[in-house]
Amino acid sequence: MASPEASIPASVQKPMGAQGRAAAPGGARSGAGEGGLAGSLRDAALAAFLAGVLGFFFIGLRADIAPGGLDLRARWGAWIVSILVVFVGRLALNLFVFRTSKPVTKTIGARLTGLSDAVPGLGKWLTRALLVFALVLPFVVTTFFSSRDRQIIDLAILIMTYVMLGWGLNIVVGLAGLLDLGYVAFYAVGAYSFALLATHFEFIGFWTALPLAGLLAAMWGIILGFPVLRLRGDYLAIVTLAFGEIIRVVLLNWYEFTGGPNGISGIPKPTFFGLELSRGDDGMAAFFGFEYDPIQRFIYLYYIILLLALITNLVTIRLRKLPIGRAWEAMREDEIACRSLGINTRNTKLTAFAIGAMFGGFAGSFFATRQGFISPESFTFLESAIILAIVVLGGLGSQIGVVVAAVVMIGGMELLRNLDFLTYIFGPDFDPVRYRMLIFGLAMVFIMVWKPRGLVATREPSAVLKEKKRIGADMVAQGEGH
Amino acid sequence: MDYFLQQLINGLTLGSIYGLIAIGYTMVYGIIGMINFAHGDIFMIGAFISLAVFLALTTVLGFAFLPVVLLIVLIVAMLFTSAWGWTVERLAYRPLRGSFRLAPLITAIGMSIVLQNFVQITQGARVKPLPPQIQGGITLMEGSTQVGDIVVRLSYMQIIIIVTTLVLMTVFTLLITRTPLGRAQRACEQDRKMAALLGVDVDRTISLTFVMGAALAAVAGFMFLLLYGVIDFYIGFLAGIKAFTAAVLGGIGSLPGAMLGGLLIGLIEVFWSGYFSVEYKDVAAFSILAIVLIFLPSGLLGKPEVEKV
Repeated sequence: MASPEASIPASVQKPMGAQGRAAAPGGARSGAGEGGLAGSLRDAALAAFLAGVLGFFFIGLRADIAPGGLDLRARWGAWIVSILVVFVGRLALNLFVFRTSKPVTKTIGARLTGLSDAVPGLGKWLTRALLVFALVLPFVVTTFFSSRDRQIIDLAILIMTYVMLGWGLNIVVGLAGLLDLGYVAFYAVGAYSFALLATHFEFIGFWTALPLAGLLAAMWGIILGFPVLRLRGDYLAIVTLAFGEIIRVVLLNWYEFTGGPNGISGIPKPTFFGLELSRGDDGMAAFFGFEYDPIQRFIYLYYIILLLALITNLVTIRLRKLPIGRAWEAMREDEIACRSLGINTRNTKLTAFAIGAMFGGFAGSFFATRQGFISPESFTFLESAIILAIVVLGGLGSQIGVVVAAVVMIGGMELLRNLDFLTYIFGPDFDPVRYRMLIFGLAMVFIMVWKPRGLVATREPSAVLKEKKRIGADMVAQGEGH
Repeated sequence: MDYFLQQLINGLTLGSIYGLIAIGYTMVYGIIGMINFAHGDIFMIGAFISLAVFLALTTVLGFAFLPVVLLIVLIVAMLFTSAWGWTVERLAYRPLRGSFRLAPLITAIGMSIVLQNFVQITQGARVKPLPPQIQGGITLMEGSTQVGDIVVRLSYMQIIIIVTTLVLMTVFTLLITRTPLGRAQRACEQDRKMAALLGVDVDRTISLTFVMGAALAAVAGFMFLLLYGVIDFYIGFLAGIKAFTAAVLGGIGSLPGAMLGGLLIGLIEVFWSGYFSVEYKDVAAFSILAIVLIFLPSGLLGKPEVEKV
């Protein structure tokens, strides 16, 4: 049992302490600096041995389909390399982080927090700078990176979509403290409502379908919210996960309505006040008299999702100041106290589910119109996990945290696509994209262990006495259900 | 009636596998109160290790006597999978002990993604088929219906699975109720701080809980491999959720409950596919999960949670 939570001030210290304590049986942990080398070596050797054991049947051997059944191939080279990598990595960690009096990570962490303390209002200016950057991004890209503009704007759209989903989920998890692992269900409802409406009725375009999709998603939020009103914490998480999977399985098997695994294709693109963004005479370019360029469509999509995301953010910020937002946060902090004070927790929970789901539905419609094709494949549990990871890694309840986490996680994953030079080191078969999700998962674990309260460690309290100041994230309850 | 009996046998077999996985969930939840989301993937790891050991013994080393081979596979798979279970706990959960509740859930999801992708990268994404190893069985009943002849069979494979499960269940129940380790586990379950004050090494006890859960998951993985003969890196997700459902249905924290829940989920799934539709069998399992949690949150054999304010 660790020491009481409250006595540990910085979130950084806890994992370090735990690591050091557990590493102790490996060697003498006297005087962190001088006598540590032998212990570090022994500890690294243990770690390498463990890696050898774990990797033996996965890296060392590989079962492959061969003509006469399965065949076992040995890859001892890769196995030994993996052991060496673990040995060196663990040794380096021991020497520079776990077993020294001056861990590198602490210095970096201190410098970062020092920075935000030194410049008052840094967060505010950072937010404004990010907003301006997001607004001018397409022009910067088309002017300076015109050879790869499509790729970059596509990535920006993707990140923006996740930012919006993160903000939507932040209402449910971050503000109301309801742990939702099935958020992708509402994303799917939004996407399918728009796709079905648009393919069945000629006159429905993106802009008419958008509110309808949001409404339907909100309705589903209430439908799925009703049964889980009594559940808390992990149980709530697992039931919402089950609901998400149920919706996916239904979409997959209801051929007549959803097209099953074939999905729905031919979803119309959004129009600009009735003008299509196409080359023809009735297109937007011809109407306003400028040259048509396929990139315009992407820029338009980018601004749509930026607008939708900003609306989500604005609504959330405003809602926090309304009684309902206050009730959400009160419920997150202590549901029983909240009920004792006469707040209707049922309605409070349902509105949180509904509003969170509505933004998920908006994002889903956008996803459908951007892709032009949707299938249940896009709405797996992994999506929910990614969205939740973004919210939690950024720091629950922190709006800017979601942006930071989305850029780090999604942008980081996409960066892997551009690491062609690695093929020169590891041979032509090496494809960094294959390691995308592995690295994503490792990053999730690493960031959580490093900063359990998320990358952004401060929160803005919504109600203040006398002066407004930021508080540590530890002061805020996080969907713990008590 | 014949059809019903056959489905019953199949359901019990599948239920045994779910029950074995469910024990891992229930023990971990009981002791540290978290859903070990990566447990389903530990089951998958166990299945892959079993496959590799089996192939190494039969095709590379050329052992032919099946019972010995199976026994060796079982033991090696349990040992190596335990190492995985221990490592996952050590890397992803122990540093967050005493942190807020969501943190280990997130690292557990992260670990689940890591394990799946690790196996996908190292072993390939394609399914691994293994031809049936244990053939034959006992014919219980022969009958004819309008559709055609129907034979109710209890294969040796199914007997092995059910018997192994029963033996392991007994062993583990004794382990929990009769040994000092089991006592330490129950102490940690009731009050971790008090147990630590009284000299129980809490970290070690929790680690051992993960090791035990992983060993049982390895057995389940091996059974799954023998029963279905097809595994891939993704089998852990669904099996994990169903096993968790089983643990909840039986009452989380209760060992016999996990087994009972596993059998019930197995039966429900098999009967649903047999009488209604195969496509929606997962929906059936998930709906049960939701219904149980909503109307019977403490499960069939669990103790109701008392909330203190």
